[in-house]
Amino acid sequence: MIKTLDHLEPGETGVVIKVQGSGPVKRRIVDMGIVGETHIQVQKLAPLGDPMEIKVKNFNLSLRKSEAALIEVRTQ
Amino acid sequence: MSARNLTVALAGNPNSGKTTIFNNITGARQHVGNYPGVTVERREGFRRYQGKELLLVDLPGTYSLTAHSLDELVARNVIVNEKPDIIVNILDASNLERNLYLAVQLLELERPVVLALNMTDVAEQRGLKINDKVLSKKMGISVVRMVGNRNRGTEELLETVVAAAATNEYPPFRLDYGQEIEARIALITEALVSVTEVKYPLRWLAIKLLENDQDAKAIMSEVVGGTRILNLIEKARTELAAAFNDELELVIAEIRYRFVGEVYRQVVPANNDLAKTTSDKIDDVLTHRILGLPIFFGIMWLLFNIVFTVGAFPQEWLEQGVELIGTLLGQSLPDGELKSLLVDGIIGGVGSVIVFLPNILLLFLGIALLEDTGYMARAAFVVDRIMRAVGLHGKSFIPLLLGFGCSVPAIMGTRTLENPRDRMVTILVAPLMSCSARLPVYTLLTATFFSIEMAGTVLFSVYAVGIVLAILMALIFRKFLFPGEAEAFVMEMPPYHLPTMRSIFTHMWERSILYLKKAGTLILVASILVWFATNYPANVEYSMDYDQEKTQVEEAFNAQVVEQVLLPLQIEKLDDNEELGALIGEITAIHEAKDEAGEDLEDTLKTEQLGQLEQANNTLYPFALQYYEFEQKKQEQTDSLDKQQAGEKLAQSYAGQLGRTMEPVIRPLGFDWKIGVGLVSAMAAKEVLVSTLGTIYSVGEVDEEDSTSLQDALAADPAFNPLVAYCLMIFTLIYSPCLAALAVLRRETNSWKWTAFSFCYSTVLAWIVTLVVYQVGTLLL
Repeated sequence: MIKTLDHLEPGETGVVIKVQGSGPVKRRIVDMGIVGETHIQVQKLAPLGDPMEIKVKNFNLSLRKSEAALIEVRTQ
Repeated sequence: MSARNLTVALAGNPNSGKTTIFNNITGARQHVGNYPGVTVERREGFRRYQGKELLLVDLPGTYSLTAHSLDELVARNVIVNEKPDIIVNILDASNLERNLYLAVQLLELERPVVLALNMTDVAEQRGLKINDKVLSKKMGISVVRMVGNRNRGTEELLETVVAAAATNEYPPFRLDYGQEIEARIALITEALVSVTEVKYPLRWLAIKLLENDQDAKAIMSEVVGGTRILNLIEKARTELAAAFNDELELVIAEIRYRFVGEVYRQVVPANNDLAKTTSDKIDDVLTHRILGLPIFFGIMWLLFNIVFTVGAFPQEWLEQGVELIGTLLGQSLPDGELKSLLVDGIIGGVGSVIVFLPNILLLFLGIALLEDTGYMARAAFVVDRIMRAVGLHGKSFIPLLLGFGCSVPAIMGTRTLENPRDRMVTILVAPLMSCSARLPVYTLLTATFFSIEMAGTVLFSVYAVGIVLAILMALIFRKFLFPGEAEAFVMEMPPYHLPTMRSIFTHMWERSILYLKKAGTLILVASILVWFATNYPANVEYSMDYDQEKTQVEEAFNAQVVEQVLLPLQIEKLDDNEELGALIGEITAIHEAKDEAGEDLEDTLKTEQLGQLEQANNTLYPFALQYYEFEQKKQEQTDSLDKQQAGEKLAQSYAGQLGRTMEPVIRPLGFDWKIGVGLVSAMAAKEVLVSTLGTIYSVGEVDEEDSTSLQDALAADPAFNPLVAYCLMIFTLIYSPCLAALAVLRRETNSWKWTAFSFCYSTVLAWIVTLVVYQVGTLLL
C-alpha cells in the first residue's frame, strides 16, 4: 500500500518511494538519507501529536508531520 | 606560512564528536571568533606535533555541503578558499552510512582527506563490526579508529595526518554518476576550462551547477563567459530531469547515497538497521506520550533554578567584593572627580560586567549538559508543537524561558538554534520576557499604588503583556523580516551518552571568556557613559546655595547648644564636662543599638534603658538629652539638604536634560520629566529606575528591596496615580533591552544594525502600547 509517512502509526515500517516538494526542506530530508528504497520505521509521536520520530539507516530522526507528508512510502 | 606549518580542517556531521576531538588535539590552545560578516563561529586551535605547528580549523558541523544552509556554505568555502593541507573527516562509527554521505562530498572537493572513525566503542556495543581496512580501500584514503570521549586514537590521527600531508598525494576520487549525467558533467567541465577566473575544482563546480546550487550559479553569473555556461546548465538540467523523471538534485543525492550504501554494506556485515538501542529505551521514558512534557518542564524548572537561584549566591559575593573594593579605594582617595570616576564609574561598571558571570557559567554548564547528553534534541521534539504556533523552533523554548531570569543569558542561549532566522527572531523577542531586574520596579509601583489584593493581578498582567507581545512580534518578524519558506525541522536525535567533564568545562570556560572579552568591554564602556551622563556637568546652578544653608544649620545648632546646654552648666565647650560627653554617647548608643537580628530596639526597651540612665545621673541627663536632640535635628536638616542637592544635580545632568527634553514625547503616556530621567538612566539596568527615582524625589539612596520612603514620596506626587504607575511598568517591561543585553546582542548577532533595530523597535513598541493603555485608561477612569 502507498501512503505518505505522516499516515504511518508508531511501530509501522515503510520503504521510501519518492520525496515530494522542493527547496531547502526537501533537500534536508534527502541529505538525511531519506532517498528511494530506504527503510523507515516510525518510532513515536511527540506528546502533542507532532512532530514524529522515525528510525532510518540506524539513526533516529525527528520531523514535523508536514514534512513527513512529503515522503511517499510503500507499506506491507 | 612557513613550510613547517600544516593547516588541518576538521569536518563532520553534527554529533559526530568533532569538537571533542578538536579539544583533545589542541587542549587550551584555541581561539573562537566569527567568520567575517556572518554569525557562524570560527574555532581555531594549535598543536605542535613532530616539529610541525598544526593549525586546526573546526568547520561547522554539517550533514551535507549544499548552499541551502549557511553552515554548509561556510564549511565548503573554507575548504575551497583557504585550501587546508588536509581535511580530517570525523565519522560517527555507530551511524556510518549517513556520515559517509558527507565524506563523499568532501572528497569531491579534491582535497586530501583522512577519515577518523569516532565512537567505535558505541558501534561495537551495538554489534557493528566495522572493517576499516575495507573502508580505507573503498574510499582510497587512510582511516583511523578513535574513541574521542576517552581520548583514544588522537596520536594515531595526528601521525596519519602528518604522514598524509607529507606525501601530498592522494588518489583522485571519482564517483560515477552514470552515463547520462557523466556525459553532461564532461561537457560542462570542458566549457568551464575556458573560464579561467574560477578557483573551484571544475568537476565539483559542474556537479554543483547541475544540482542547481544557488551559490555556484551566483559565481557563474559574475564571471566572463558565465552566462553561456548557465545556459548550457539549464539545457542539461531540463534534459536530465526528463530522462530521470525527477529533480536532478534529488537524483544526484540518491546516486551518492547508493554509492555510500554499497560501501557501507561491504564495510559492515549485515545487521538490523531498525533494532531498538539503549537510547530508544531511555526515550521510552523521556519522550513518553504522557510523561514527556512533565519531565521536560521539570528539567526546565531545574535549569532555571540552577542558573538564577544558585547563581544568586556567587552573584551576591561578587557584588559585595566589588563594593568592598570600591569602599577601600574610596577611603584612600581624596574626594573629587577622580574618586567618583574610579569608584562609581569604573568599579561600578566592572561590577555590572562580572555580576552576570555566575549566571553565564551556570547557564552554559546546563546547556552543555543538555547538548552533550543528547537531551536538547528531545526537548525540542517535545515542545516543538507549542513553539511552532508562534513560528519558532522547539529549541527556542529554552532561551525564552531564560529571559524571565535575565536577557543576557537568554540571548547567549540562542546559540543552540542552528537556523539563523529562528535564532534572530528568538534574540529579538527574548527581552520581552520580563526579566528579574524589572521586578524591583514593579514591586515599588504596585506596593505604592495598588492594594495588596490587586497587586498579584497587576503583576501577572504585566508578565502576560510581555508574553503576548513576544508571541505577536515573533509572528510579525517571521512574516515580514525573515520571510520565505520555512526551514526544515528535520532534526537528528543523537544517541544519549555521558558527557565528558573536559568538554563541559571547555564549553563553560570558552563562553565566559567570550562574554568578558566581547560583551564585557561594551558593558563597561556603556556603564561609564551612563555614570557620566548622570553626574555631569559637575558645576550646576542650584536653586539655593546649599553650602551656605548647611553652614546656617550648623551655626543654629551651635547657638542652641551654647544657650541651652553649655551656659546653664557654666562650661565653655562639651569636653569641659567629661561626664556629659559620656552620657551623650550612651544616649546615642541606646538609640542606635540593634538587637541580635539587626533590627532596631523596641521602643519600650529603649525607654527602659534611658530611664535607668536618667536615674543614675538625674542632674546632667536633661542636658545630655537636649544636646542629643539638637544634634539629631541638625543631622536631619543636613541630610535633607544633601538629598535635595543631589536631586537638583541629577535633574540638571545630561541624563536629566535628556529626560526634560523628551518630556513632550512621553507626556502623552502620562510621564513627566522625572520619569524621563529615570527611564534614561535605567538603560544601564532596569532596576536603576528605582534608585534614580529615589535621587530625584530627594529621598536619598533607595534600597531596591525596601523603598518605603520613596513609596511615600511617589504617593504624594500629584503627577503619579495608579494608571501612570501601571503605564510605567508596561513601558519598563517593553522599552529597549538594558545595555548589557544590547552588548550581548551585538556580540551574538555580530551586527550593529540588528542591535540598533532591537533598541528602536522595542522602544517604539513600548511607546505605542503605553500610549494606548494610558489614553484608554484615562477615558475609562
